[in-house]
Amino acid sequence: MAALTINGQEYALPDDPRTTLLDFLHQHVKLFGAKKGCDHGQCGACTVLVEGERMNACLLLAFQLEGKAITTIEGIATDDGLHPLQQAFVKCDAFQCGYCTSGQICSGVALMSELEQNTPSTVWFESDYSDNEDIKERMSGNLCRCGAYSNIIDAVNIARDNKGVS
Amino acid sequence: MRPFTVNRLTDTQHLNDVDSFENSRFLAGGTNLVDLMKHQIETPDTLVDLSGWESADTIEETDETYQIGAMVSNTDLANFAYRKEDLSLLSQALLSGATVQLRNRATTGGNLLQRTRCYYFYDTNQPCNKRQPGSGCAALDGFNRIHAVLGTSEHCIASHPSDMAVAMAALDAKVKTINPAGNSRHIPVRELYRLPGDTPHIETVLGGDELIVSVDIPKRPRGTQIYRKVRDRSSYAFALVSVACDVTLKDGVIDDVSLAFGGVGTMPWHAKSAEDFLRGKTATSDLYAQACDIELSAARGAGSNDFKIPLIKRTAAFVLEQAVGQQMAHPGHQGAIHAR
Repeated sequence: MAALTINGQEYALPDDPRTTLLDFLHQHVKLFGAKKGCDHGQCGACTVLVEGERMNACLLLAFQLEGKAITTIEGIATDDGLHPLQQAFVKCDAFQCGYCTSGQICSGVALMSELEQNTPSTVWFESDYSDNEDIKERMSGNLCRCGAYSNIIDAVNIARDNKGVS
Repeated sequence: MRPFTVNRLTDTQHLNDVDSFENSRFLAGGTNLVDLMKHQIETPDTLVDLSGWESADTIEETDETYQIGAMVSNTDLANFAYRKEDLSLLSQALLSGATVQLRNRATTGGNLLQRTRCYYFYDTNQPCNKRQPGSGCAALDGFNRIHAVLGTSEHCIASHPSDMAVAMAALDAKVKTINPAGNSRHIPVRELYRLPGDTPHIETVLGGDELIVSVDIPKRPRGTQIYRKVRDRSSYAFALVSVACDVTLKDGVIDDVSLAFGGVGTMPWHAKSAEDFLRGKTATSDLYAQACDIELSAARGAGSNDFKIPLIKRTAAFVLEQAVGQQMAHPGHQGAIHAR
C-alpha cells in the first residue's frame, strides 16, 4: 500500500494526485490544526514538518510524500505535556485570533532544531545582528494578521533558552 | 487544478518510459509549479514526478567542480555553500530568497526554471504573451514597478525572479542535462535563458523532454563575494534589484571580477560589458559607476520601474566599492565580508 505517516499513524495515499497534503489532512485524516490561509505558500498557516523539516502543506502534492513522516500541530505535544514552545506561547500570550498559531508553532519547533544544527540565515552575513533579528528572519514565512509578532518572538526566545540553544 | 497523469521517475533511464512529453512538466519540489497549476496558469496533461529520484539529491565534489544534483533542496545547498568560502555568493543569494519552508522544499533545478511573478502573468483575466502567446502584454501600460529594464521586448517586460540563478550566473555554473535518447550536454547558466523577443513563452534553451541532472560550479580561486538584494521589505520579498559580485585584486588592479544582476532583467543578467570594462584596471571609485553605465546603456524603463536603472547602478557601484575595499584591506581574501 502506498502510504505516508502522519503523527505516527500510517494512511493510504489519496487516489486523486491533485490532493495537496493540506487538503488530505482536512478531508481524509480529519486533522484541522494546519490551517488554510492563502493556499499559495505565502502565509505559512499550513506549516507542517516533513521528516522534521518545515514546509507549506498547501504546496505539497500528497502523492509525492510516499513513505514520508509528517508531523502536524496535533503531534507536537507528547504524553508528558505541551512542547516547550507551546508552553511559551501560552506564557507570552503569543496569539490573538489563533488562526496562524499552529503554523507558527510548527515553524518555531523546526527553527529550534535548525539553530541547534547551526543552520545559517541571511542575517549571519551582516556585520552586526541581534538574536531577535535572526528569529524574525527565520519566522518570516509565517504571517500573523493580528500582529502578535513581538510576543511570538518572545515565545521563541524563551523556548530556545529553556532548551539551551545559543 | 486540471486533472493530469503521473509518471514517476527514479532514474534518468526512466525518461524512455514516459509515453509523451507533449504538454508535460517535470515536477520537483512543486513550490512554483503546484501554485501555477492551482491558478490554472500551468495545465499539464502529464507530470513527470522526480520525488523518487534519489541520486539527484546529492552534492559531489571533485578537484574541478561542485556538482549540485538537480533535486538538492535550496536549504541543503545554502548550508553546504555557507561552509565553502568559494561558494559564499551562492549561500548569500539562496538565503536571501523565499522562506525556510519554501527553501526546504524547492530544488536546485526547479529554482532555475521558476516562472516570473509578473502580476499580469498570474492574472488569467489579463492579456499576457508569456501565458497566452499573442494576447498582448498588460504590464507595458500597467503597474510595472517590479518589471525588467534589461532584455525586454515590446511583447514582454517580465523580470526573472530567482536569486540563486543570479549567483549561478556570476559563478559561471553549467547546467548538465539529459534527454530520453540519453544525450547529455552542459549549458552555461549564462546561456540557459532566452530573451523574450516575440516568443516570451519560450524561456530557456531546454527541450521539453530535456531534464536538468545537475548544476556544476567550476572550482577556481574566488575573491570577495557579495550578494546584495534591495527589496520592499527585509525578508520574504523578491528583489527590486540585486547584485552578485566576486572580485579579486592584485597590486591594486582588478585581477578578476564576476558581476550579475537580479530583478532588472528578463533573465538573470550577466553584466559582461561591465566586467570587461573593469578587468585589468586600477581600482578607483569612479570606475564602478562608469562600468554600470556601460552595462545599462540599453536599459529601458516602462514608467513605474524607471527607478530601477539608477538603483541598480548605485547598488552595483556600492557593492564593487565594498568588495574592492575588502580586497585592499585583506589581500587574497575569499568569501563573504561578514559571516558568523
